Amino acid sequence: MLTDRTAPAPSSKRELTIVQALREALREEMRRDQQVFVLGEDIRIGGSFLFTLGLLDEFGPERVLNTPISEAGFVGLAIGAAIQGMRPIIDFQYGDFIFTAFDQIIQQCTKLRYMSGGQVNIPLVFQLPTGASGRGAQHANSVENIFFGIPGLKIVTPATPYDAKGLLKSAVRDNNPVLFCVHKHLYGSKGRQLAKSSISRGHVPDTEYLIPLGKGDIKKPGSDITVVANGQMLHRSLNVAEALESDGLSAEVVDPRCLVPFDTALVIDSVMKTSRIVIVEEGNERGGWGAQLAADIANRAIGYLDAPVRRVASPNVPVPFSPVLERAVIPSESRIRGAILELMDH
Amino acid sequence: MQELSIRLPEVPDIAPLDTFDADLLSLMYRQMVLIRQFELKVNELFLQGIMPGTIHLSLGQEACVVGACMALEADDVITLTHRGHGQALAKGISADALMAELFGKETGCCRGKGGSLHVGDMSVGALPALAIVGASSPIAAGMAFAFKRRETGQVALNFFGEGTANKGDWHEALNLAAVWKLPVIFLCENNLYGVSTHISEVMAIEYVAERAAAYGMPGSTIYGNDPIIVFQTVMDAAKRARSGAGPTLIECLTYRRGGHKRDDPGAYRPREEVEAWFKTDPIPAFRARLLRDERFSPTALDALDEAAAATIDAAVDFALASDAPALTTALDFVYAD
Repeated sequence: MLTDRTAPAPSSKRELTIVQALREALREEMRRDQQVFVLGEDIRIGGSFLFTLGLLDEFGPERVLNTPISEAGFVGLAIGAAIQGMRPIIDFQYGDFIFTAFDQIIQQCTKLRYMSGGQVNIPLVFQLPTGASGRGAQHANSVENIFFGIPGLKIVTPATPYDAKGLLKSAVRDNNPVLFCVHKHLYGSKGRQLAKSSISRGHVPDTEYLIPLGKGDIKKPGSDITVVANGQMLHRSLNVAEALESDGLSAEVVDPRCLVPFDTALVIDSVMKTSRIVIVEEGNERGGWGAQLAADIANRAIGYLDAPVRRVASPNVPVPFSPVLERAVIPSESRIRGAILELMDH
Repeated sequence: MQELSIRLPEVPDIAPLDTFDADLLSLMYRQMVLIRQFELKVNELFLQGIMPGTIHLSLGQEACVVGACMALEADDVITLTHRGHGQALAKGISADALMAELFGKETGCCRGKGGSLHVGDMSVGALPALAIVGASSPIAAGMAFAFKRRETGQVALNFFGEGTANKGDWHEALNLAAVWKLPVIFLCENNLYGVSTHISEVMAIEYVAERAAAYGMPGSTIYGNDPIIVFQTVMDAAKRARSGAGPTLIECLTYRRGGHKRDDPGAYRPREEVEAWFKTDPIPAFRARLLRDERFSPTALDALDEAAAATIDAAVDFALASDAPALTTALDFVYAD
């Protein structure tokens, strides 16, 4: 049997990767509530990003279910089980595979409660590796953006181990469908590339805690400009902000953590202080969550701005394979830095 | 255009009813008549321009839904189709709440949020209808999964039309249900047409139930215009499901008495086929069958007809007298607390 050999011994200063933090959250919730179970492709050997590694040993095949390659089928099945009061967690190998279950999610999962007049709840978590990671266009979608406009879903995009654990535990206890989107470079699964920043591994307390869905977090306080970024872009933005600090520029980096519900108030408070804002996201610029945030800032805080709202996102193309092209398309630290400096000169 | 290989009804030899309880037979007849009168009334209200929305009438398919639902226990659960009024009444949704829902009223079974295409009531085990063809099959399997995991002894029954058997969701659901031996019954109301398209144009095999073999579950094709045949077949499948042996596919051959929906006269159907099937109308046939049994008299059955008519009239009065939902309720029920 595979076991999680990388899990650290409990200690007050222990550091975990995101996937270790997620597994710990999953294990705690499965112990706490017999209705929680996890299903997906190849999850008995840990799934694609080792989210479920070692769970089979503790919880058995009844609660750690290997599925056929039938995304629409097992998403629908999870919806049905959730309607009857269970709390399924679906582990997608790649978030990109969710599209074959689009109808089940958009037409069934998110609408059944509404069109039944509140007769059913569908507590269901989708664990979705998202974003580009050197695999070409079909394994590189920013899945979260495609669902951003759909009422009835919550969307979480954690970027640190601490947040990932607390948010997953809240997602499992939430009575709604939740898309839990983690960038493929952030898991820190063995053998996989890990985004480099000061927080890609991080402290996770031994004691239980929850982070409510819909509350953002200021990852680095600052006074000159607000940078809002999530997922892998948070790490790039933090690297840029920390480097600019030595040039005497103080950027405040805000991590929304959840896209739905979105902590707009936290961003507006920050903008009222800094008067400048750059919004950074990995997905295509057209229709991204940053566009909604820009509209909200224009609506509610335009009087505080000393410069235009600037967005940094991917151009409206599929993600190319060639590593040089992928790097050119996905927002880089130099583009983020360029946008910040341009606004500071405004 | 290719020639349709039309299918005429083959009415099987009907066994005597004397082994069946009279109350059960009365209820079966009453439910079928209730559905027939409900649908006729709905059609009339539509033609008068009083009722909003769109409707897909289940006229002609009453024996399938009544036979199937009467074979289930009260706490078993069904999923409904876009042609769901009959399924809803058969599972026990009140005519008042159903009619009010069709009018979009606050007193409707879904508080006016669903309408004709999404009728349902969880308190009687009817999941509000899913109008996208094929979508309900994996969801029914999922409810059955929860029943099995909790050992509740409940069964889920998935209603669908023959057109669904060409959808991927349906195939994935049958496979999952068979692999995990889920207590679910896949019940096909095969009325031969998906809107205007005859089954022989879109399926190279003759019967939907042949596909059961591909998933390793039993499948049978039965005459669907007799409620007793449907009742017995579903009873056997439910017994099998409760025993832990897994799912069953049942295909009920039946026929729509009208078009696909209100604005469709159904003119694409060959006259020979229409005439032959209309002669097998399940309600007069069942009535005639009951009257061959000395426990039933024309007077008693007429009284059931009249009671059904009174129930429908009262439902219309109830729906028309009910309030429309408050406008603020448009924002309710998107998220659960």
